[in-house]
Amino acid sequence: MTDTTAHTTSAIARRRFDTTSPAAQAAVRRRYRAEARFKAYGLMAIATAAIFLAVLLADVFMKSLPAFSTTSLVLNVAVPADLVAPDQKYNPAAIRNADYLPVLRNALKAAIPGVQGRGPERTLIRLLSSGAADGLRERLAADPALIGTSVKTSLLLSDDADLYFKGGGTPIFTRASRGTATPSDTTGTITITSSAADFSENLVALKLIMTERASLLSAEAERIARSTAPDAADRAAELRKQAEELLARSKDRTAAERLDSRLPSLLVEINGGLVKISEVAADRIEGDVLLTLASTNEAKPGDWRIVTYARPESERKISDLEVAFLERFKANAQVERSFNWRFFTSGDSREPELAGIRGAVVGTALTLIVTLALCLPVGVAAAIYLEEFAPKNRFTDIIEVNINNLAAVPSIVFGLLGLSVFLNFFGLPRSAPLVGGLVLALLVLPTIIIASRAALKAVPPSIKEAALGVGASHQQAIFHHVLPLAMPGIMTGTIIGMAHALGETAPLLMIGMVAFIVDVPTSITDAATVLPVQIYLWSDLPELAFQAKTAAAIVVLLVFLFVMNGTAIWLRKRFERRW
Amino acid sequence: MDMTTQGIPTAQPYVPAKPAPAAKVVARNVNVHYGEKHAIKDVTVDIPDQAVMAFIGPSGCGKSTFLRCINRMNDTIPICRVTGKIEIDGKDIYDPALDVVQLRARVGMVFQKPNPFPKSIYENVAYGPRIHGLSKSKTDLDEIVMTSLEKAGLLKEVKDRLNDSGTGLSGGQQQRLCIARAIAVSPDIILMDEPCSALDPIATARIEELIDELRSNFCIIIVTHSMQQAARVSQRTAFFHLGVLVEEGETQAIFTNPREERTRDYITGRFG
Amino acid sequence: MTAVYFLTLACLVVAGYVLAAQRAKALQGGPQGALHSLPTYHGLFAAVSLIVPMFLVFAIGTPIVKHIATSSVFSYFPPEAANDPLQSGVILRDVGNILSGNHQGEPSPALRDAAAHYASIYSTGRWIILGLGVALGLVSLFIVLSRISPSFRARNLFERFVTLVLVLCALVAILTTIGIVFSVMWETYRFFFDPALKGRPTVAEFLFGTEWNPQAALRADQGDIKTAFGFIPLLTGTLLITMIAIIIAGPLGLFSAIYLSEYASPRFRAWAKPLLEILAGIPTVVLGFFAALTVAPHIRGWGESFGLDVASESALAAGLVMGMMIIPFISSLSDDVINAVPQSLRDGAYALGATKSETIKKVVLPAALPGIVSAFMLAISRAIGETMIVVMAAGLAANLTFNPLDAVTTITVQIKTILVGDQEFDSAKTLAAFALGFVLFFVTLMLNVIAQQIVRRYREQYD
Repeated sequence: MTDTTAHTTSAIARRRFDTTSPAAQAAVRRRYRAEARFKAYGLMAIATAAIFLAVLLADVFMKSLPAFSTTSLVLNVAVPADLVAPDQKYNPAAIRNADYLPVLRNALKAAIPGVQGRGPERTLIRLLSSGAADGLRERLAADPALIGTSVKTSLLLSDDADLYFKGGGTPIFTRASRGTATPSDTTGTITITSSAADFSENLVALKLIMTERASLLSAEAERIARSTAPDAADRAAELRKQAEELLARSKDRTAAERLDSRLPSLLVEINGGLVKISEVAADRIEGDVLLTLASTNEAKPGDWRIVTYARPESERKISDLEVAFLERFKANAQVERSFNWRFFTSGDSREPELAGIRGAVVGTALTLIVTLALCLPVGVAAAIYLEEFAPKNRFTDIIEVNINNLAAVPSIVFGLLGLSVFLNFFGLPRSAPLVGGLVLALLVLPTIIIASRAALKAVPPSIKEAALGVGASHQQAIFHHVLPLAMPGIMTGTIIGMAHALGETAPLLMIGMVAFIVDVPTSITDAATVLPVQIYLWSDLPELAFQAKTAAAIVVLLVFLFVMNGTAIWLRKRFERRW
Repeated sequence: MDMTTQGIPTAQPYVPAKPAPAAKVVARNVNVHYGEKHAIKDVTVDIPDQAVMAFIGPSGCGKSTFLRCINRMNDTIPICRVTGKIEIDGKDIYDPALDVVQLRARVGMVFQKPNPFPKSIYENVAYGPRIHGLSKSKTDLDEIVMTSLEKAGLLKEVKDRLNDSGTGLSGGQQQRLCIARAIAVSPDIILMDEPCSALDPIATARIEELIDELRSNFCIIIVTHSMQQAARVSQRTAFFHLGVLVEEGETQAIFTNPREERTRDYITGRFG
Repeated sequence: MTAVYFLTLACLVVAGYVLAAQRAKALQGGPQGALHSLPTYHGLFAAVSLIVPMFLVFAIGTPIVKHIATSSVFSYFPPEAANDPLQSGVILRDVGNILSGNHQGEPSPALRDAAAHYASIYSTGRWIILGLGVALGLVSLFIVLSRISPSFRARNLFERFVTLVLVLCALVAILTTIGIVFSVMWETYRFFFDPALKGRPTVAEFLFGTEWNPQAALRADQGDIKTAFGFIPLLTGTLLITMIAIIIAGPLGLFSAIYLSEYASPRFRAWAKPLLEILAGIPTVVLGFFAALTVAPHIRGWGESFGLDVASESALAAGLVMGMMIIPFISSLSDDVINAVPQSLRDGAYALGATKSETIKKVVLPAALPGIVSAFMLAISRAIGETMIVVMAAGLAANLTFNPLDAVTTITVQIKTILVGDQEFDSAKTLAAFALGFVLFFVTLMLNVIAQQIVRRYREQYD
């Protein structure tokens, strides 16, 4: 006996789990490390999602900021007495239809005297938006007594000019002068000589750039020489010749250099005028007058400056002349930044500075009203039927399976349905909130049915039984007691469904909501657009200013969604009962 | 049922002024099937008016099921099938021409767990008369509500907070509210399915007092798992076991001298 | 005219309700015994008896009148005009413009007569409808009023009507599915088999063709631009972007779900779950904007700094953002299934000395596997059907490639491109979009059905 016991004991002793040896402890530590790693993966996953969301929102928000403010020129505009015919002076329609272009042109020229020539004048007036006269127009129509007087009014700037003041311009560096400058003329192409070699720094900088360019050209030449194209040798030789020329010129420290638009622009401010340098030597420059000089007198040191526009003209949307004008306006304190109410009050437009989301917001409201009016009653009715009245047979099963599948159909397929059935078969008007609402209602219907069923199911059966016990019919019990108690849950589900519909774009594109709609829609059969579609359309447009507008429209959309979802959550917390 | 005598002296045998009333509810060979399960087997019983009848028996013996046949609440369960005959005042309640809604107005029900509507106390009681069109004006409705609350013994406690929510009352008060709600439609019969099982002893005592007051005007059928309660409250008692009506008779007789072996075993506590 | 009709309907309904309710009320407490139903139900039933016939007359009559009026127009024109869809469309549009006062220029005498004739038939027809509707309505109202008596079960009849309405509403779901299936299938059928359609491919060419170029050479003079409706490039493009999305969203979503359900404190969960819900609620057009204007240029920049050649509309950009969009989807579905695994399974593993991660890896995840697989399939289905992100961030180039740095196009992008803008509804190009829609619908439906089947079949084993 003792033999077997001893044998068994030692066997058990041998088989006892090893917890004390260093190997065992290392194994356990490894397992704990694996545990920590695993937990970290989970945390990192959530952090990734959180970071993405934060970056997305921040990016959109930052991009949208420029769109919320607008830049205007504040000028004294002399309104001529003959703007309208004398007998029409108090006719608002005549006032609105008058030609304001000459009025604006004169106002601009008065603000910047010394602008001469058709070209510069055209450039000047192009700084204004095509809708710049709108404010003035309305003021005069409201108060015709102002005609013939000078009115101080805001004139909206064009989108490029607007962007200039929002960082789309160029850094501007000014260098004080050391010598006396003598211009040769007040307009046209002139030379300016300086008693000190004021322009030598610029010349040296230019030479350096040319050296760089020469080496780039040689590298390019080498690359082409190595390639197998048939004319490679010829092209390489050509490039090499250009490189040598550049190098030679750059080595010659004193030769004058011409500027091109790929280099930063150099200008001279002298005698109240502005000259754009086209050729620079150490002590003299040759250039074109942008703003007429007051005289050809000498300018003492310190009275004239050398200005650099750091970003080359070829990389900007706004030319040197325009920069000069805008800087002059800014120096005269005639530039005003204000909140862009127009974004909210006007409809879409081809000009970015005039474009607003009013049409899209009204279109969205109309569409959502149609959607709500259709899907809420139908959805709740269907849920009541399925939950309370439907017999448990195959037909009911089919309906339930159907609803679950519909909830997962891609939204663009609903657009196809809308296109072929509502537009082509029934002939409803394209791009109307009516059709959009119909399509979205079908899209959102399964969600509402599922949410309503859950809300109805949550009402305890004792309430229904109590009503039945008092002698209410089944329908009375449901409509008088169960449905009101399920209402908070149904409302929550509906709001969430509506929020989903608010952001839908693809099906509405299918039913034609891609047109450029300027007018604000007034009924559910007018052509309209909705906010997400407007966002999509704007994001496609080339003008840089539309990017900010798109982002701003996104911000508005997100605010709406935030409010809706917040309301749903508040409703849920406030009214949902714990049975 | 009142019968007036003519007062004409005749040589006829003595007819008592109040003859034994005919049974209010008459059940004959009632069977209930839940799908495959045979829950109630061939039950035959007469239930008198203006008295309390108790159904007793162990859990799952079918007393609640049979109770729910009397106001056809079993109709709400799809797999439930009822055969046999149940008559109230001589009319078959399973007649297809009968509107079950009218039936449930005449046969009120109080449930095991108090289930007042999440509305005001006033609305709880007023709901029944409203949907059955029992009142012609607001003053009429007010009167019905007040009377019902009074009869249920609740009026004094709630008369100055009629607009408060019915679910804010204590358990016993809620059950009395449910009784008031049932009374408000002026039923002939009140069914009570273990009305006190969710209440404390003091509330239970109040309800039992109430039942005693009510019996002079209603036919009351109460299902209870407490034999003491049945003994206190009822005049007649029926003992159910495994879906069969084992024995039925005067309460005193059942509890002191039961005829059937099973009844005696249950009462002496050998099972259930 | 519509307004007049429904206004009349509304007035009659109110009058009918009041009449019926009054009559019922008068009978209350009368000699025939108590009313079965409340007077209001008598009124409601009377209202219903008015609405139904009048509505039916309107709904059936209006299209008939419109059809008669429209066909009368063509009697003023040569017979070929009626058969040519283009000409008949133009004629009808002109007639419409004349009647609404928008017609430009001077209409021809035929057009003018046709318009006048149309107007007269249309208005006569509408008056007939109004008269018929009112007459029928009054007749049925009269019948109802005469039937009012204490034993009249108005409430039951009204409730039966209500039940009918409820059933019809429930049927809307079925009608929608039928509508989708039929409309898409019909156009697809025409795409493949309609002999009158020029340039249509065979089914094999569609399913196995490797070139997608729907710029149709429909006009005989357009030379040899090949119209190809080969579906494969779209398929590979869709799968490429979907795969990128799932590779990103799968692990991230699953690990998020694991952390939230197994490790997170209630306070953490209280802000992490709403965060994921917010991400789920961001409209796809916003994500598309972000992908196109921020993510794609950044990827291009990184790629070029490594010397790689990155397209400006790379599949990687679209797939990345789509993946982030799907994370909440996978996370919440997986969260549900992981929570549904019974605690007893976990307890068994803990009792053996397993760490939490070992329990999750070896016990919980295998138990929740059917649900997780189903979640992945639903996510794939969602990614395949997604439109806006790929429209804005992926390209139109039907490239047959598996390189994520190239531009590809997807099924949804092509559907949108083909159908947006002016098109004749009958060209092969337009119908190609429906064929693509059919494929899309079918594939997503299959994925959903399989996902549900997986859950249903394998779930019982762990209950």
